[in-house]
Amino acid sequence: MSLPPMNMPRGVTPISHDIYNLHMITLYICCAIGVAVFAVLFYTLIKHRRSQGAKAASFHGNTLVEIIWTTIPILILVALAIPATIVLSRIHNTDKSKLNIKITGYQWKWGYEYLDQGIKFLSNLSTPQAQIDGVEKKDLHFLQEVDHPMVVPINQKIRLLVTSDDVIHDWWVPELGLKQDAIPGYINENWIYVTKPGTYRGQCGELCGAQHGFMPIVVKAVTADQFKQWVKAHQPKKQGASV
Amino acid sequence: MSHDHHGPAKGLKRWLFTTNHKDIGTLYLILSLVMFFVAGTMALVIRVELFEPSKVLVSPQFFNQMTTMHGLIMVFGVVMPAMAGLANWLIPLMIGAPDMALPRLNNWSFWLLPFAFSLLASTLFMQGGGPDFGWTFYAPLSTTYGPKSTDFFIFSVHMMGISSILAALNIVVTIFNMRAPEMTWSKLPIFVWSWLVTAFLLLGVMPVLAGCVTMMLMDRHFHTSFFNAAGGGDPVLFQHIFWFFGHPEVYILILPGFGVISEIIPTFSRKKLFGFHAMVYATVAIAFLAFIVWMHHMFTTGAPLGAQLFFMYSTMLVAVPTGVKIFNWVATMYRGSITLETPMLFAIGFLIFFTIGGFSGLMLAIVPADYQYRGSYFVVAHFHYVLIAGSLFSIMAAVYYWLPKWSGKMYSECLGKWHFWLTMIGMNVTFFPLHFVGLAGMPRRIPDYALQFTDFNQLATIGAFIFGFSQLLFLYNVMVTAMRKGQDNLPDKVWDGAHGLEWTIPSAAPYHTFETPPHVE
Repeated sequence: MSLPPMNMPRGVTPISHDIYNLHMITLYICCAIGVAVFAVLFYTLIKHRRSQGAKAASFHGNTLVEIIWTTIPILILVALAIPATIVLSRIHNTDKSKLNIKITGYQWKWGYEYLDQGIKFLSNLSTPQAQIDGVEKKDLHFLQEVDHPMVVPINQKIRLLVTSDDVIHDWWVPELGLKQDAIPGYINENWIYVTKPGTYRGQCGELCGAQHGFMPIVVKAVTADQFKQWVKAHQPKKQGASV
Repeated sequence: MSHDHHGPAKGLKRWLFTTNHKDIGTLYLILSLVMFFVAGTMALVIRVELFEPSKVLVSPQFFNQMTTMHGLIMVFGVVMPAMAGLANWLIPLMIGAPDMALPRLNNWSFWLLPFAFSLLASTLFMQGGGPDFGWTFYAPLSTTYGPKSTDFFIFSVHMMGISSILAALNIVVTIFNMRAPEMTWSKLPIFVWSWLVTAFLLLGVMPVLAGCVTMMLMDRHFHTSFFNAAGGGDPVLFQHIFWFFGHPEVYILILPGFGVISEIIPTFSRKKLFGFHAMVYATVAIAFLAFIVWMHHMFTTGAPLGAQLFFMYSTMLVAVPTGVKIFNWVATMYRGSITLETPMLFAIGFLIFFTIGGFSGLMLAIVPADYQYRGSYFVVAHFHYVLIAGSLFSIMAAVYYWLPKWSGKMYSECLGKWHFWLTMIGMNVTFFPLHFVGLAGMPRRIPDYALQFTDFNQLATIGAFIFGFSQLLFLYNVMVTAMRKGQDNLPDKVWDGAHGLEWTIPSAAPYHTFETPPHVE
């Protein structure tokens, strides 16, 4: 029996790798502090019980110790804040993107618009209702499959413009290390740079009504050539002279 | 009216018209206990639905109503009234006051609550269902898209808010004016200190919540557009206002618990609290920081870099005073003479698991990582660790600790220990796996989920049932102890290591205490 996933995915973008590293560093620091504190706690629970004949000492303060355990946490926090600040400023830098995709949240589906290519489509959940009702056998990507995935080329900086048409949604794909609220009246910017071809799945991350659990996100990362072909196949046909 | 010594009135009138702090404290605690089982049942409905990836029991609409009501009732109907009940019962006893400063206002601040919660619960039976937008009721989901019953929810929150503000100002005024003459600030018990700070937090943010729901009401009916982007308003403004209330609110839920734990650990370690002044400073520091970290709930709303950095640093800073408190509690136990009665067991459970909740809180403070945690089950695991192992454990510890003083009867220690171990195991089996599903990418507030989250969710559901049903032991133990006839002849000082004025009066505590100010050690 293999264990189900238990940790944050390392992901396929430079930012998601940074985030994963930050997450692991913080986790290890927390574990180390936890081990130290709980070791003292259990030591005192074993050693200093009245049934073990322990007599209570009378100390109830120690300035030096208190200064130490106030200062050390501050130093640890500073050490944590520095890499976090660096990663955050990289996340905020959306310059030099090659491709712009506008993502719109609707109750309860996602709309994608390739601003430079003129491609527009909606992306609906494609899991049959019978599976959701538990009547039919569920397939592998139950509730994480859509009719039209968002297709992106690898090794390109892609700017995502996220907004909403009704309530607040949230576009979250763990393996892209990206979560961005889709808020009506706002256009939030973020970016991805996918390094590996593949299919990456996520879900809406902000309660948006009854079908909040049923508006998944599928991102298909393909090579630059495949992306060109996809664009060609999906670009609206040139009409006659438009008025 | 004769002016001789009289006990409580008889029958229902005693409870309706009471101005006695002990009666009102009892009423608060009973309300909290009832609501605990109401909201707990809702939590079990949620967990049943999440036992399998597909539909199990309820529709997605009803599922959302359950998560919303569970959150609202647990926050406003369980933890806050329980803490207010402890405050009412204990603050006058601890500072040597005959009663609260404003006893009749006290009566009103309690009696608002049953009506507020009846109103809230009634929404479940209305056409269109109850509130289904989560306890955070983000606009525009709650304003433009909310069900008709949202207006009842708004009115209910107004009532709870009035109740909280009145209770808080009553507590502030009591602590300032009703202390026994020799009760100086540095002699003030740590529980009273933490409630004083909490009361100021309440006074600071409850009006903000009232303003928030009032703006909602106006958006819904009076054609304003505070939160409506189409009318020139701003949905993010709602989140700022809500969390300006909401973040201090979650510290309101825990600070009195810190006070309780700071009373219990010295008692059963038979050693004075380590670093009393540092504890008070830490409480005040946490309260101050509570006001300047609200945006950490909104890191993914597209805030500018500078704002994110400020709120990241201030949020990380909270770990310092909180850490100091944990270290001080451990240092209090260190080289003490420890016994493990039920209140102490809950206090130790608090120490360990609240710390774990604090660690996940620190992880959540790191903004880039928060992008991956936010809105996932990792957050759910985090706040259930700090609210169950924090607030709830401290409330239970307090009830076991002071029940003999309140009732003059001893609870069953054996049942209490069973209750502790089942509660602790149940809580961890429920919420520890939720860290994993959250990290693996499961969002909050969804009724059905992808297949890879199944195993941990089933484990969590099993844990939730262990946790839920073990609370019946608590109910039984408390009810039997409180209701049975006769007295157990307990000494004034029920616990040999206890200190404080409340242990200088008889057990059970007489209906009127400290009519002449006591002498303070």
